[in-house]
Amino acid sequence: MNALAHLPILPVVLPLLIGILLLALRSAPLALQRGISLAAALALIPLALALNDATADGTHLVYLLGNWVAPYGIVLVADRLAAWMLLTTALLAVFALGYAVRGIDTQGRHFHVLFQLQLFGLNGAFLTGDLFNLFVFFEILLLASYGLVLHGGGRHRVKAGLHYVVINLVGSTLFLFAVGTLYGVTGTLNMADLAVKLAATPAEHAALVQSAALLLFGVFALKAALLPLYLWLPAAYAHTSAPVAALFAIMTKVGAYSILRVYSLMAGEAAGPLTDLLDAWLAPLALITLALGMAGAVASTSLKQQAAYLVVASIGTLLLAFGLGSAGALAAGLYYLPHSTFAAAALFLLADSIARARGERDDRFESGPALPRARLLGGLFFIVAVAITGLPPLSGFLGKFMLLQAALDSPLLPWVWGVVLVTGLVSVIALARSGSLLFYRTYTAHDSAALTSPANAALAPVVGLLGLLIGMVIWAGPLSDHAAAIAAQLLDPRQYIDAVLGGRG
Amino acid sequence: MEALIALVIGVLTAGGVFLALRGQTFPVVLGLTLMSYAVNLFLFVMGRLAIGVPPVISDAAQGYTDPLPQALVLTAIVISFGMTAFVIVLSLKARAELGNDHVDGHHEDSPEGRH
Repeated sequence: MNALAHLPILPVVLPLLIGILLLALRSAPLALQRGISLAAALALIPLALALNDATADGTHLVYLLGNWVAPYGIVLVADRLAAWMLLTTALLAVFALGYAVRGIDTQGRHFHVLFQLQLFGLNGAFLTGDLFNLFVFFEILLLASYGLVLHGGGRHRVKAGLHYVVINLVGSTLFLFAVGTLYGVTGTLNMADLAVKLAATPAEHAALVQSAALLLFGVFALKAALLPLYLWLPAAYAHTSAPVAALFAIMTKVGAYSILRVYSLMAGEAAGPLTDLLDAWLAPLALITLALGMAGAVASTSLKQQAAYLVVASIGTLLLAFGLGSAGALAAGLYYLPHSTFAAAALFLLADSIARARGERDDRFESGPALPRARLLGGLFFIVAVAITGLPPLSGFLGKFMLLQAALDSPLLPWVWGVVLVTGLVSVIALARSGSLLFYRTYTAHDSAALTSPANAALAPVVGLLGLLIGMVIWAGPLSDHAAAIAAQLLDPRQYIDAVLGGRG
Repeated sequence: MEALIALVIGVLTAGGVFLALRGQTFPVVLGLTLMSYAVNLFLFVMGRLAIGVPPVISDAAQGYTDPLPQALVLTAIVISFGMTAFVIVLSLKARAELGNDHVDGHHEDSPEGRH
């Protein structure tokens, strides 16, 4: 066994071990805990890069846990898509953590433990090749996220947290019903094996399998905050602490990832009763989600709430790309995914800095005292707004442009172009209004000393995330080629199945 | 037997959904618990009902029952148990922070509970 053979398990095991270590070190000096946590998050980046490198030629790295052969044992599968998601998560985690170590991590207990366990759950969910294992990793990341959402306490946070927890518990129950039904019909939970068995489902079980698959879609749509299951998101994201909200920018993408992974395998061209099951649902729902999310962004009364609705809108754009389902649309969506994650995280972190600088006005949209370092904050806000609204020259424009181009041969063409372009304009108006309220409609404060000036170190993660977005523009060619390669791999599920089952399928 | 089990799962789920839609946190927690009971039973039954046959290999066995759902249901029970404990503590915290046990944190009887 060489080092490469164990590569797929490392991004799962590392955060778990570090989380346990941090739990043991809970009374150690804070600097040590922060150092270990940051170092572990940083170490995920080279691991994710190595996985990207190892899977770039189309290889599926299959890791047999306990060396039990699939479909009898549980497998981890690293392919291009999984490696891409891992890299996005690792980069996001470093910047979110870099913001948290400035003091937010001391507002409650065990922040770093929960953060590492959250990464454990996320990485596991991206790598697993087993449906029940996906459920388990969902539970791990959710349980860690419950702790993180409530981190710091306060009545708004507890209220929003309660809703978030209850709705996700209902979601988990539905997930188990769907998994149970699929197991009852096919007798397997390995995703590759499921794909094979489902393709050969007898006609009398077709309705059962379809209802299980749609139930599963409902659960993933809940995690992804697709209409009409998005109502939990704005309150939970707007009221939690900034680094947690920034990290949660990837949480909705877990739902989108699961939809893509499970349905590319189970509802591909070869798959009996499930073929094209979602086609009638995903794209129209995504369009409405996009429109409503943007309407929410216009109607928001505070910057964090607006950021949360922009997350809903971005998931609408993303699932629209996945819903169109062509190779070009998938590639556009996969290029847009890291962009929207980083841009949303940057907005959450910046909103927190702005809220602190405004004192008791917080991040509410009302006229307040002139901000300290207003030019710097305003400049950053402008760049983040350009990124989120998808204006050139940042990567959001390229992602949306690729999506519009991919929609050219879709029957939904007028809807896609109409909704994406109009919501783009609406988002520009919404953010322009926020920016002018926050930065222009101000008065000179009587005691400007009371306003805390944002430190450079607090803005560094925002600048870093924006740097990633600029990087995505500079290397747009190779990155979009890679996104196209991921899409091509997804559209050929046979490779995945053969790699996991070793040709026994 | 199958009909009885199906009926039990159905009644548990219906009761769970009804309670989960109530306005107070305590019935909601009870509802979530009932739903998790229902789904655990459902998972268990997915290995088909069999009486008097072992799940592990033995020479004297006449036939076997599927051992995998039993392992799945064990995992699901542990997770739902932990989640129930968590949501109970969270409900108590919400009761303390919001001043009442309504899921939205307000109630007609307690105007100070409004935000």
